[in-house]
Amino acid sequence: MKYTHHTRFLIGCLLALILLPWLFHATDSSYLVSTFTRLIIFAIAAVSLDLLIGYTGLVSFGHAAFLGVGAYTVGILSFHAYEETTFLGLPGTLSGLTAIPLAVLLSALVALIIGALSLRTKGVYFIMITLSFGQMLFFLFVSLEQYGGDDGMMMFDGRNTLPGLDLNDRVEFYYFCLTWFTLFFLFCTRLVRSKFGRTLAAIRQNEDRLSSIGINEYWAKLQIFVIAGIGAGLAGALSANHTEFISPDITHWTRSGDLMIVVILGGMGTLIGPVLGTFLFLLLEEFLPLILHSFGFDLLSEHWRFVFGPILILVVLYAKSGLYGMIFRKGG
Amino acid sequence: MAQLYFEQLLNGIQLGMFLFLVSAGLTLIFGFMNVINLAHGSLFMIGAYAIALFHGVTNSFLLALILSLPLVALCAWIIEVVIISRLYTRDHLDQVLATFALILFINEGTTILFGRTPMFLDVPPLLSGTISLFGVVSYPLYRVAIIGAGLAVAIFLWIIIAKTRLGMQIRAGTTNRETVEQLGVNISKLNTIIFVVGAMFAGFAGALAGPLTSVEVGMGENLLILCFVCIVIGGIGSIRGALLGAIIVGVVDTMGRAFVPDLLVKFLDPTYASGISAGLSSMSIYLLMVVVLVVKPTGLFPIIRS
Repeated sequence: MKYTHHTRFLIGCLLALILLPWLFHATDSSYLVSTFTRLIIFAIAAVSLDLLIGYTGLVSFGHAAFLGVGAYTVGILSFHAYEETTFLGLPGTLSGLTAIPLAVLLSALVALIIGALSLRTKGVYFIMITLSFGQMLFFLFVSLEQYGGDDGMMMFDGRNTLPGLDLNDRVEFYYFCLTWFTLFFLFCTRLVRSKFGRTLAAIRQNEDRLSSIGINEYWAKLQIFVIAGIGAGLAGALSANHTEFISPDITHWTRSGDLMIVVILGGMGTLIGPVLGTFLFLLLEEFLPLILHSFGFDLLSEHWRFVFGPILILVVLYAKSGLYGMIFRKGG
Repeated sequence: MAQLYFEQLLNGIQLGMFLFLVSAGLTLIFGFMNVINLAHGSLFMIGAYAIALFHGVTNSFLLALILSLPLVALCAWIIEVVIISRLYTRDHLDQVLATFALILFINEGTTILFGRTPMFLDVPPLLSGTISLFGVVSYPLYRVAIIGAGLAVAIFLWIIIAKTRLGMQIRAGTTNRETVEQLGVNISKLNTIIFVVGAMFAGFAGALAGPLTSVEVGMGENLLILCFVCIVIGGIGSIRGALLGAIIVGVVDTMGRAFVPDLLVKFLDPTYASGISAGLSSMSIYLLMVVVLVVKPTGLFPIIRS
């Protein structure tokens, strides 16, 4: 029963997301399309992190690194296309057919390297080593003075180009991101239900037992780490296109913290949960100041984190299954 | 040139002492209670704000320092009782998140109270000026005092842990909590003591840092990440490891910042070299940590848990 309930909910959500631009157009609030584009992009990254935290039990505290790799790939290519210069002898490009796949490929490569080294450690050491790699990439991007260093860079030529699609159009870009989100989400759903998905669950539950029955758990963990890196890299590439601005901020460690927050807030190990968590988190970020303001808490509306922090602590302490748990376990 | 090296080495050790003061609490809390406390850096910040506040009132550095420590202890006690004590049985993920949320709360609260403008403190007159060391370099007296304070805390901790009954309970509890509890030691009281003492070291470091840096929101987090690197390199839970890790990180970071730029200019176009060397020297300690963890996945002095 839960299964059909689940599917119905998903289809409902997807339909709502498809219809959203019309709704906003009708209510004369088209600027919200951009807000929701941001939600969808962030949700891709959150879902990819859920593969690690929720399904495999790998608490990665450096996931924003891959967002950075994806975003900077798109940004650097666009920069050289604009300047008509070359990067390591290669010309820049604005073509989405080159830039986005390359962003994903590089993210996978970086994830392979980081994963291969990090996965030698366990538990709290893994948390810290991933945090360190995140910091390393952060400082690497800061040091790229040619690409704006600390301040980051603009994509002066606008978003990537694709045949038959104008990404600079708000609505078309929204659907472009929604398509990627849907594809990635479906891929992850299949993945976690596959035999490989069961291997991951076994790793989460008891790693030693797994290696004693002859499954190479290191290899499985590395594979899922790379897949998660690809998801975040894709989100990074889309995010660069969305804001047309890339700065080291995207790899700041608090960004990795935010990603973990949305996964937990929504309910980890559920795929849908992180999406719900993303929506709640970013909408709160957008509207909590307004809500607090309208209730007359002016001081708190500027300092909404003062309210958000305790809410989050309560969720961690008392509502572990997150939003997902509230929707599907109690009601359903 | 040798003079410059020596001076930078001292700067490195001085940074290492700060890192040690904060790391000591962090590693004790992790070793004994198995809790990752991201908000430990906030206690460093509270220490710095407390001394700035009290210095404004009393106009005496020493008096302000003496008043700051109980305030930090009080904050730590509240944090332990209200939040941290509920995290002991939870997994690391919950701890990371809850304490991350705590950072948001404390930072925002501090902004509400003190605003966004950084506060500045003068070096106390008694410790201003320089001192000639070994007839080679003249070095700021205040920094020498910090190195001394760090070493004093290290010795104090060693005596507590190695020679006293409390230390014995801490060591035993780190190895096997259940057994110690069965033997009639009040673990939850011990938890509170360790947390508050660890927090006071961090607050003490924050207070000492006041005159050297600007007192501002977020000053704790940057230091906190460096401290994690220290305790991970040293082996989480080990005080000895924290001291060694802190000095290694302090020296590598300072030396990197001082000498990588000169080194790179020899090989690279100066326009690129400045940016890259800034990045490289910021990255150096993380590289170091990765190397240590790849070779020894549990740090240099891992604690043994049964």
